Amino acid sequence: MSAVLVCDGLHKSFGAVSAAADVSLSFERESVVSLIGANGAGKTTFLNMVTGYLKPDRGSIRFEGRELTGHTPREITGFGICRSFQIPQLFHSLSVRDNLLVAEGIAATERAEEATDEVLERFGLTQYGGQPAALLPEGVRKLLDVALALVARPKVLLLDEPTSGVAADEKYGVMDLVMGAVRGQGVTVLFVEHDMDIVQRYCGRVVAFYDGRVIADGEPRKVLDDAEVRRYVIGEEAHA
Amino acid sequence: MSRDRTLPALAIACALLLAAAAFAPQWLVFLLALALAKGLVVLGLVLLMRTGLVSFGQGLYFGLGAYAAALLSHRAGLADAALMIVAGTVCAAAVAAILGLLLARYREIFFAMLSLAFSMILYGALVKSSALGSTDGFNLHAKAFAGMALAAGLERRVFFAVSVVAMFCVGWLLHRYLASHWGRLSAAIRDNELRVEYLGASVYRVVYVNYVAAGALAGMGGAFAALAVGHVDPETAYWTTSGEFVFIAILGGTGNVLAPFLSAAIFEGLRTVANQYAPNVWQMSLGLAMLAIIMFLPGGLWTLLRRRGAA
Amino acid sequence: MNNLLAVIFDGVVYSSWLFLMAAGLTLIYGVMRILNIAHGSLYALGGYTAATLAGAWLAAGQAAIGSYAMLVAAAVLVGLVMGPLLERGLLKWMYGKDEVVLLLVTYAAFLILEDAIKLVWGVESMLLPDPYSLPGNFHIGTLAYPVYNLLLIAMAIVVGLALAWALYRTRQGKLLLAVIHDREMSAAMGIDVNRVYLVTFTVGSMLAALGGALTAPMIAVSPGIGVEVIVLSFAVVVVGGLGSLGGAAIGALMVGIVRSAAVRYWPEAELFTIYFVMAMVLIARPKGLFSAPEARKI
Repeated sequence: MSAVLVCDGLHKSFGAVSAAADVSLSFERESVVSLIGANGAGKTTFLNMVTGYLKPDRGSIRFEGRELTGHTPREITGFGICRSFQIPQLFHSLSVRDNLLVAEGIAATERAEEATDEVLERFGLTQYGGQPAALLPEGVRKLLDVALALVARPKVLLLDEPTSGVAADEKYGVMDLVMGAVRGQGVTVLFVEHDMDIVQRYCGRVVAFYDGRVIADGEPRKVLDDAEVRRYVIGEEAHA
Repeated sequence: MSRDRTLPALAIACALLLAAAAFAPQWLVFLLALALAKGLVVLGLVLLMRTGLVSFGQGLYFGLGAYAAALLSHRAGLADAALMIVAGTVCAAAVAAILGLLLARYREIFFAMLSLAFSMILYGALVKSSALGSTDGFNLHAKAFAGMALAAGLERRVFFAVSVVAMFCVGWLLHRYLASHWGRLSAAIRDNELRVEYLGASVYRVVYVNYVAAGALAGMGGAFAALAVGHVDPETAYWTTSGEFVFIAILGGTGNVLAPFLSAAIFEGLRTVANQYAPNVWQMSLGLAMLAIIMFLPGGLWTLLRRRGAA
Repeated sequence: MNNLLAVIFDGVVYSSWLFLMAAGLTLIYGVMRILNIAHGSLYALGGYTAATLAGAWLAAGQAAIGSYAMLVAAAVLVGLVMGPLLERGLLKWMYGKDEVVLLLVTYAAFLILEDAIKLVWGVESMLLPDPYSLPGNFHIGTLAYPVYNLLLIAMAIVVGLALAWALYRTRQGKLLLAVIHDREMSAAMGIDVNRVYLVTFTVGSMLAALGGALTAPMIAVSPGIGVEVIVLSFAVVVVGGLGSLGGAAIGALMVGIVRSAAVRYWPEAELFTIYFVMAMVLIARPKGLFSAPEARKI
């Protein structure tokens, strides 16, 4: 079992706000990890640093041995790390099909049209193929956002709140589709999530953030029962 | 999903205009020649607008193209129109290749006004240059095309015919480009640059290429305009000329490669009429028309055609 | 030494004029996110109105000193009339559209006003030399300068200080700063953003008109004087940073002095140097010298 992504001693502050303080994490190949924490705890900052949108003040991020800090999001995507976004980042005036074609074109996929049809099929988006992205319902926007991230066949997939804004009865559907699309392809998945049911169901490991630090890291059951996690993340006081 | 009728439409337009080159009265040939020249410039603008950028400074390349063409006869004693067209295009493209390195980093208002500023630099230089005729400019004489001497009186018709062929070729090429991956990528950049970078493509590279292409097109248009008018002056680089191009682009919309040429023809027609009967309210009419389009028909006149065709 | 002094003095005079133009432009952009191309027309309107009012005043045999008040009155008049007219009558209907579309809207307004000016005042030049020549000259070394130039500099300083005081020390000013900083938040806090827009645009228009009114005695007021002003003002505003008053002042000084040096030593390159300065600043600081930090997008 090899560590594919290793973060060591990451620090990032914005003025007086400490968004990351000595964050050191290591992720195994093909693992599915959930990052939890209250808003402002540093989860998205972590994703932004890994993908090159932000540069850490201190520390290193290594992917398959290669140092990522200092590289741009475009380069890091080229190395094999793709992400989806909290607010879906789509091409609003283009159709769903054209959105995917853009991604396929950039990834230089052969037979892009067929590949696009396949993706539409796999994510249940075929009926939306001709619609402009701006007019899609929220759950579909999320799916498209993730589908775009998968086009380049990444080795590491980072999902930022994949089910936020999605109707409660559709959440499992979205996650099933996403996880089904990556199964068996050797992809390491990290997803930020607030819904603890989703967390428990889909991941094998949970990392909890608070105030820029990692306060718990391990099996879901263990982490979710942790006193600090209950206090700072889930919001339940443990009563004697 | 409508069938792509652009190629037949281009061919028909080409045929009609070539007929006009041969048989239409001189004043019409002149009007259409100028319209086509400006249409080329606007075509480049449309490409930039597809990428989400509005250049208020295409006059820079229009002026460069015109003066480069004219200088060939003025200084180098060459009177071959083909050489002039090539010179105009290449000169403009070369400058665009340099300025694009800087300008491709900017967007929105900064891009618009920086491009304007550079066109004003050329304007200032031209106005202060007595060697180039200062505000009066100078005339250009072209007597041959690609080595073939032209009969006196026929030159303008021949140049117009050449510009029609250019319209066809360039229009078709750009149509293919816009339908290709790069065309789609340009639209994607307009919608969401960040996502394009996160998908692994270089936004800067696409913007740069589109910018240089637009510059080259404007240079070609400038050369053709100089040939049609027979005269060049600094007004070609003035920011109000660039503003005219923007107006024509908005008038036609970005829907199809034919739109710039169509709206340029309408614009030139209206301008001729206005100059004749109401020169003091021409700018006001332009302004009012622009507001009307922005408010009621943001996609330009082309959307009217689109709606009827789609029925 | 004389040369250097002359360059600096000329530069400061030019900077004063530039500052008046740039201050209004940058304020309007900072608050409303609109780059107002019609600023050039407001400048021209200021010039024409000043020429008309002050000209009538002097022709009626009134005290010459009053003509200066007329200049300022002209600016205020133009601002109070055109500001609300443009903001309520046109811009209000366009808010929410793309920044570049708004730019085109102000460009359309500029085109309309250019011809409107021709319709009202005709195409002949108007001259108003008296306020300029009246105070006479003063001497720096062997060079003679019109005292009027000192008036211009004084005016720019007064206006700059007044604006700074109004922005940073009065309640109204702080509301404006809040809107510049975050429009949505300000509206959520109960600030009447619409009124702030109206006030800002009116003040900005007054400043542009003031630039025109004060320039009127120095030039021949004729159609088209507003055209070049726009590009120059923009260069200054960009150098200083869009929305920054201090930036407008520093930008005006930089551009003014560099241009003055160019005019003395290399006249052909006058326009070139201005835009060269702008390009150099932008390469080092892509958003200008003093620009607001941008919020995180993802």
